[in-house]
Amino acid sequence: MSFAAAFFYLFAAVLVGSAFMVISSRNPVYSVLFLILAFVNAAGLFILLGVEFLALILVVVYVGAVAVLFLFVVMMLDVDFVELRQGFLQYLPVGAIVGLIFLAELVLVVGTWISGPGVTVTKTAVMTYPKGNTHAIGQVLYTDYIYFFQIAGFVLLVAMIGAIVLTLRHKANVKRQNISAQVNRMPEDAIKVVKVRPGQGI
Amino acid sequence: MSWLDTLIHVLIILAQSLGLLVGLLIVIAYLLLADRKIWAAVQMRRGPNVVGPFGLFQSFADLLKFVLKEPVIPSGANKVAFLLAPLVTCVLALAAWVVIPLADGWVVADLNLGTLYIFAISSLGVYGIIMGGWASNSKYPFLAALRSAAQMVSYEVSIGFVIVTVLMCAGSLQLSKIVEAQDTSLGLFGWYWLPLLPMFVIFYVSALAETNRPPFDLVEAESELVAGFMTEYGSTPYLLFMLGEYVAIVTMCALATIMFLGGWLSPIPFAPFTWVPGIVWFLLKVCFMFFLFAMAKAIVPRYRYDQLMRLGWKVFLPISLVAVIVVASVLFFTGNAPQ
Repeated sequence: MSFAAAFFYLFAAVLVGSAFMVISSRNPVYSVLFLILAFVNAAGLFILLGVEFLALILVVVYVGAVAVLFLFVVMMLDVDFVELRQGFLQYLPVGAIVGLIFLAELVLVVGTWISGPGVTVTKTAVMTYPKGNTHAIGQVLYTDYIYFFQIAGFVLLVAMIGAIVLTLRHKANVKRQNISAQVNRMPEDAIKVVKVRPGQGI
Repeated sequence: MSWLDTLIHVLIILAQSLGLLVGLLIVIAYLLLADRKIWAAVQMRRGPNVVGPFGLFQSFADLLKFVLKEPVIPSGANKVAFLLAPLVTCVLALAAWVVIPLADGWVVADLNLGTLYIFAISSLGVYGIIMGGWASNSKYPFLAALRSAAQMVSYEVSIGFVIVTVLMCAGSLQLSKIVEAQDTSLGLFGWYWLPLLPMFVIFYVSALAETNRPPFDLVEAESELVAGFMTEYGSTPYLLFMLGEYVAIVTMCALATIMFLGGWLSPIPFAPFTWVPGIVWFLLKVCFMFFLFAMAKAIVPRYRYDQLMRLGWKVFLPISLVAVIVVASVLFFTGNAPQ
């Protein structure tokens, strides 16, 4: 067994184990922490495949930003654990169906690798590009798929603006900061130097 | 490759890492002392001057003090997360150093995505603070953790865009290549701080915010939050938090050195100066950046929280976004873009 294979089994085992802990741990904060562990191990698998750009982007985006927000929300919510456990069994059939569909699709994909003669080339995943895979991804994303890439960006922008508009409330009696007025305030407007003679006061 | 070759390779990397770690920690012990001395000098005090000549052994005395103290874990705390948090902070901060080139070829792992690696590692640094704040099971640490999460995520965005402008000029994500791209006959004026001066300023201020240094130390604002997320910590766990914080600061100084101040290059590109080993220039530049950090701590008052958020999202983010477009356009239309 080579080093790469040993690391693959290590990352894969920890990934599956932590994914299981995400849904089975009692404390939702632990669930998010196990989710982070799962993300990091997935990044490890990406590195083994030779796609280090995707691996690091996975860490930056999912672990560095998305999971932070999850953790943020989960910590602030006062979750009733007992109630949460009761709902667990209720959702189990739905989860099982989703899992089964996923399994069937995976079997189909792997099945084509084995049975289809032409597709064996595509499954050898270790990619080599002369200028590295960052260059290769940029080349594909910004030339062949530029319109799709831009449309995806616009969809996200619309979603973001929508979320802001939905939650924006202008209340009448709220005092707001006027930053330019604060910045433009000079010492002469705010401070008056008074010579106070002893025993007299101002 | 046989097992023996692999073993020797691994042992060499281990020895290099250990050497880097020891050197880094000694440098940080003295930078910590320098921080306190500079701060004291600005306030016309003497600073630590009792342990050793001029207080030179102060940091080591502090280390012994922290290690010998009894660690106290609050009874309501989540023990695992409480002890994991300082470890996460410290280990992640130290892990960033594996890709930083100290001189030409002096690097443990010269990843071709070095910049992205550092960015990924530093974006994980927030977990130590959130976990510590949550696990303490106390109000002030929790509030501080929420603040810090918002603050560090906000300033990461503008740091990211600043890094993108540097990458566009250098044409590589590899840190050693970024330094080599600044190696021109102009010497100190060929480094990126001059053409990208506004970006350098934004990077410096964002780095202060990202490492929770004053004037952006709202995470541990003692007048509002006792001691922030570290309120319940003492002895070795506290030491690890503090060490992680200082390592992160020095990492930011090193990153600024590599991206804007030409890394190990000599400022004057001819004979007697180019004979000086690169590590000397690198250390001098890191010390210069650290001096700027220490001076900001000494002379700038603490920001208000809404001002901090405004600066990050409404000032730095638009400026750095526009700068990315401007730099890309200039490089493209003048034909200077690296191939």
